[in-house]
Order: sequence, then structure tokens, then C-alpha cells
Amino acid sequence: MKEGGQARNRMVDTTDQRTAVSAANAASEDVAPVPRRALPTWIITTASVVLVLLIWELCRPFNNPIFGTYPSAIVEAFWRMAGSGKLTSALIDSLRPFAVGYALAIVVGVPLGLLIGRFRTLEAALGIYVTAGYAMPLVALVPLLTLWLGLGFAVKVAIIFLMSLFPICINTWLGVRAVPKALIEVGKSFVAPDRVILTRIILPATLPYIMAGLRLSVGRAVVAMVIAEFFTSISGLGAIIITSANNFDTATTFVPIVIIMLMAVALTSLVGAIERWVAPWQAEIAGRDQP
Amino acid sequence: MGEVALVNVSKQFTLRVERKVQTVQALDRVNFSVHDGEIVSMIGPSGCGKTTALRIAMGLETATGGKVTVDGNEVRGCGHDRGMVFQFAELLPWLTALQNVMFGLEMKGVSGGELRATAMRYLDLVGLGASGNHRPHQLSGGMKQRVGIARALAIDPKVLLMDEPFGALDAQTRETMQAELLDIHARTRKTILFVTHDLDEAVLIADRIVVLKNGRMQEIMSVPLPRPRPDLGVVRGTPEFAATRYRVWRALREGGEAPH
Repeated sequence: MKEGGQARNRMVDTTDQRTAVSAANAASEDVAPVPRRALPTWIITTASVVLVLLIWELCRPFNNPIFGTYPSAIVEAFWRMAGSGKLTSALIDSLRPFAVGYALAIVVGVPLGLLIGRFRTLEAALGIYVTAGYAMPLVALVPLLTLWLGLGFAVKVAIIFLMSLFPICINTWLGVRAVPKALIEVGKSFVAPDRVILTRIILPATLPYIMAGLRLSVGRAVVAMVIAEFFTSISGLGAIIITSANNFDTATTFVPIVIIMLMAVALTSLVGAIERWVAPWQAEIAGRDQP
Repeated sequence: MGEVALVNVSKQFTLRVERKVQTVQALDRVNFSVHDGEIVSMIGPSGCGKTTALRIAMGLETATGGKVTVDGNEVRGCGHDRGMVFQFAELLPWLTALQNVMFGLEMKGVSGGELRATAMRYLDLVGLGASGNHRPHQLSGGMKQRVGIARALAIDPKVLLMDEPFGALDAQTRETMQAELLDIHARTRKTILFVTHDLDEAVLIADRIVVLKNGRMQEIMSVPLPRPRPDLGVVRGTPEFAATRYRVWRALREGGEAPH
């Protein structure tokens, strides 16, 4: 009798497995092959960019070189500057404080957000500064920062850090608040210490929010980089913008502007790639097979 | 040994409804015990307090009166002497099935080769030995709940606390899981407190049934069905099943005037 029961169990068991397999197939049909007629995302994006550049270029006959510019003039200016090596050194000058400031913002912002989100007392004590800090008119504070930190590398790092810290921190904080209570209870019911609940349940559950914060702050960090170069010691890509704008050389002004925007786009997709690497389950759960 | 006792367990909530502060008596002196190796199902309509009682037994909530003991020791917070199976399995989505089972064991202090081997043994026990590397989203509802059961069993608790574990499953999977739970129980002899709102389920798996209504114990009754129950289809056809089911149905329908 016992044996019969076991055999039946095994039989039903395979049924269940088969259900799971067919469910998996159904799921892959949902996300997988884009119908043949649909264009890949990158082609649509490229076509869009080409079209905008083309329209811009066609406006060339109406262009006054002081009031505006057009793509081929920018490309021409780019080759001229790239050839002189000026562009590379300016880019390196800009990227160094950017990398340090942005990295510091992650190192400080993520743990701070985790703690504020997790502990009510910290939230009540520190949350107000983070919320207010997000709206802080940083440009107005730059003169003060230069008084404190001088005109060099440190003040640039500080400006980039302060601009990118708050979106990272706030997103992490909100992410912690959105962690399903039941997952924390799983930790509690297995007697996980607070530290383990924070690092092994809350942190991974919050990763998608953290990565969204990193994406949002890329844009702010890039803007902060230019602000820092405008208002402290004039250097890097910001310096090129200011000098060429003062000379009414609009085409040259646009070279660093375009580079900065491209940099932000590249960094944002890099963050997206990192997200898929550190939190692959997220895309899988959402049923996305591409960004 | 594994005997869990609820001794006069009461729970009051205060609610604020449109500026008025209301006291809700979620549990009122609930008093019963689950003996070693026994399965007791706790049944009642939504909001009757059955999940609250289970959560208090687990230590996820505190009682406002009375106490819970496991083998005579009063429960204070969560402990490895009790294993919880959640309603929606609640696996950690970034871990594989095996890692989910290992998580509970690690918290108990198991490490090294023993950790992996033990987790694997319990995955095998629930019939998922081949799916250890799957992430939760790759598993069906029934398979997820099996991992949840393996995770709770792996820490070798004295008592297994199950909160409507099959409530979210389709009817067929649910029947399979009921049979498998009884099979696992036959092999491990664990003490089980099982919360359900399903009449058939309550009768099929339990030795005794606690009927809860409006936070009060309406009745506690024995199920006169012998063990083992290898074929629940056959059990369903017996007059004892029908009679017990009817008694529980009557208890749920009658009595239990509104609280407060």
C-alpha cells in the first residue's frame, strides 16, 4: 500500500515537473524572439539620431556661425582639437575628479540609504538632511566650497560628490522601504542577525533601486563636473567651453558639450549593464531579455 | 520531542478608524497543544486570527496575553526549534533553490561540506534534487513551496509551522502537495501546526482540528482517520471523512457570536 502511494506520488511529481517545463516554455515565448518584422532597438535609435543630425545639417544655409552651428562644423572642430592633443588632456582632466567624486557618492550614499531606510531613528534624525540636500542649490554654495577647499582637485571632487550623493542615497532609502516585509520575516524566522538581514536580504532586494539611483546621478555628476570647471579653476572640458564661447567659436563650444552628453549616455548604459550583471534575476522576473 | 502549546494566548490590536480608536480582539484565550509527531490543522474564516496565532507561535508577533511553549520552554522571539513555511513560499529570488535551503541552515550555524550536503538531502526529500540550481522564478508554484518546506525542515526544527502553504496553488497541485506533506511527515515524524481555510485539507492531513472563529476557539476535534493515509483519494471516499468534514462545517457555521 505504501509502495503504491509512493509510485503515485512519483507519477504526479513528473506531471508537476512537466507543468513547470511547459510554463517555462510559455514564458520564453513571451519574451523571446522579437517577431521578424520588428526592427531591433539599436537600429531605431541609430535611425533617430541620424535623422536629427540630418535635419540639423540641412539648416546650415540659415546658420550664423556666432548664433549657431551644425554637425559637420562640430566634427571638423573635433578633428582639429583631437589632432592637437588638447581634447584628450582636457578629457582626462575632467574625468579624474568625476570618477573620484562619483565613486565617493556611491560608497557613502548606498550604506547611508540602507541605514536610513532600515532604522526608524536614523530615518527621523537624518532623513530630513538627505531630502533637503537633494534640493540644495549647489551652484550658490560653490564660492563657499572654494573658500574651504581651494580651487584645486578637492573642491571639484566635493562638488561632484554632493551633486550625485543624494539621488543615490534617496533611491537606496526608498528601495529599502519597498522590500517585501515577508522577505525580512524569512530572515527573522531563521534567527538571522540584523547585520545578515541588512546585507543578505535587504541589500540584494534593494539592488534594482540602487542601480536606478546610480543611473539618475550619472547625469547630475556630469553637470556637476562642468559646474566645477566653470566656477573653480577653469580646466578640462569646461575650460574649452568657456574659452571658445568667449571667442564666439560656437562649433568648438559644441565639441565638449557633445562629448559630455555622449559620456553620460555611455555611463548610463554601463550602469545598466552592471545592473544586469549584479542583479540578473530582476530582468528575468520582469521578463525582459534586453534592455 | 516536539510539543507546542498555546496557553491562553490573546492578542489585541488597536486600530484607528475615522478618528476613533478601536480595540480589536484578534485572539481571545486560545488554548491547545500539538503533541509530539502530531499534525493539528487550525481552520477558520479569513480574519479569524488563525494566522496571527501561528505568527505568535513562531515569534514573529507577540501575544498580549498568555504564552506559547515548545517542550515546556516559553517562546521568546524566533528560534531554530520552530520552522516556518510561508503562505507564498517567500524564497529569496536572487538565490537558487539549493542556496535558499542553505540560507536557513547557515543561520543555524551549519557550515562547510555539511551545509551543502544537508541542504541537498532535504531538497531530495521534497523531490527537487534535480532542480537545486534553479532560481525561484524558474520554478512552478508547487515546486517553490517544496523548497519552502525543505528550507524549514532542513534546520531540523521540533515543530513545523505552516501558514496556508497550499492556499495559492491550483487544485491539482494542492492535492499532490497534501499527499507529499503526509509522506514527508511519515518519514520525519515532525510535529506540525497547519493553518488552512480549506475544509477538505484540514480533515485530510490532520490528527486533530482546531476551529477558530472571531479569535476564539470554537471547537477542537479529533479526526478518526487512521495513519498512514497513502491515498487521499480513498480517504475522501470514507464515511469518517464525510462525517468529520460535516462536523467541522457545522462548527464553522454555527455559534461564535461577534467579538466585543
